[in-house]
Amino acid sequence: MSFASKSPWVIHYDGSSCNGCDIEVLATLCPGFDAERFGVINTGNPKHADIFLVTGSVNEQNISVVREIYNQMVEPKVVIACGICACSGGVFADCYNVLGGVDKAIPVDVYAPGCAVRPEALIDAVVEAVGILEEKAKGCAPKERGEE
Amino acid sequence: MSQKTVIPFGPQHPVLPEPLHLDLVVEDEKVVEAIPQIGFVHRGLEKLTETRDYNQFIYVVERICGICSFGHSYGYAQTVESLMGVEIPQRAEYLRAIWHELSRVHSHILWLGLAADAFGYESLFMHCWRLRERVLTLFEKTTGGRVIFSAVKVGGVVRDIDKSMFEEIITTLDGIKDEYAQIRKTFLNDSSVRNRLEGVGYISTEDALALSMVGPFVRASNVALDQRLLGNGAYACLNDFQTITDNGGDCYARAKVRSAEVLQSIDMIKEFIDKIPEGDIAVPVKGNAPVGEASNSLEQPRGECYYYARGNDSKFLERFRIRTPTSVNLAGMVKALEGCDLADVSNIILTIDPCISCTER
Repeated sequence: MSFASKSPWVIHYDGSSCNGCDIEVLATLCPGFDAERFGVINTGNPKHADIFLVTGSVNEQNISVVREIYNQMVEPKVVIACGICACSGGVFADCYNVLGGVDKAIPVDVYAPGCAVRPEALIDAVVEAVGILEEKAKGCAPKERGEE
Repeated sequence: MSQKTVIPFGPQHPVLPEPLHLDLVVEDEKVVEAIPQIGFVHRGLEKLTETRDYNQFIYVVERICGICSFGHSYGYAQTVESLMGVEIPQRAEYLRAIWHELSRVHSHILWLGLAADAFGYESLFMHCWRLRERVLTLFEKTTGGRVIFSAVKVGGVVRDIDKSMFEEIITTLDGIKDEYAQIRKTFLNDSSVRNRLEGVGYISTEDALALSMVGPFVRASNVALDQRLLGNGAYACLNDFQTITDNGGDCYARAKVRSAEVLQSIDMIKEFIDKIPEGDIAVPVKGNAPVGEASNSLEQPRGECYYYARGNDSKFLERFRIRTPTSVNLAGMVKALEGCDLADVSNIILTIDPCISCTER
């Protein structure tokens, strides 16, 4: 992919992460790594977002919040599991209040491992997600129009 | 003819990277009561002591929180060492203190950025985080990690820092100090900042003591409470350590205290580097954790953190417990929120520097 046809807007939710991945998500958008130069903007509104960055694993209390944000996002949408806890539960997989990775709650498209996830890995994951987003957009745009 | 309304705040909210839910009872635009609800980040990691031995558990403790990660491994190692009666080499104490103060610099600059974001000063936020990247580069060069270091083990530290690296740390910190002075000037003098922070979320000294608040939050209400004054480990060598306090009690005073602590920590690191002795960096620790109890308290960037460990003559600790600064400060936060404007809620929440993942573990 030589160019992105769309500037993806992201929404970030901290599942039960230790903050480590969250500050790396923010650091990715801030000077230094500066993903904002590609038009990646962090938004607080699920309806504005194309990419859902989830950090941390899911538990009984936040699984409904994760599902709620995912359901509010408009198609096409891509989910990135940021960090090893979001991928599989990580060191906390054995804890009594951890159900497992984010894929226990919602379908995940891209897995970005690491503890904490490195900004380079995140940028890589977002670039991959943009490709998936374009593929999904091809599939869902005419169908949605047909349903109207 | 005002009517009470409940406005839910969070858990997904742009101002906080972490999930915290508040039910704000408002009367027109004034907040009458704030009811916090936590539990979104609870993992139950204290129970993992049953399946991880005391050497393995340090990697779990580090992951309690990504911002105060080093402090937690430091506090845990100190507690287990005092339980087992291990005395660690002086050089290890100094290295731990250097990393701990570097963590404070990074944590406070991170906080200044998030606070700027909360009152809508986007460029100040970006400048703070740009400066913070340079501290993270120091972490990466000395430990290999940006966020989680794994530099501490029971009995000492894993890595040494050599002389040329110390020189680089000093040069980088001097560079940071110059740029930080400009950011600090904006933060403390800019009218748009002062208008948003002054007089907001006031807590009196009496209330601060009654609610047993800790850290920069209580120091901004003119209470000189700082665990570093105890002089544990390398902190005993400090020539002249004065706790930074302010008698403002409002959001502006908290920003002032934290911004001054960054400079204080930079000076402290230089003093440690100046006085660090040569020698080993770790002693071997073998055997079971004996029957008994040990406790320890440590000044984290967010305030006093208390650690408790109980051994049962096995490799596994019977109980490990932490009381984190934010869980103590939540009472103060609820008090500060009473009677504030709805638009100031995000400012006040941020000025206690909440760390929800520490609180819930």
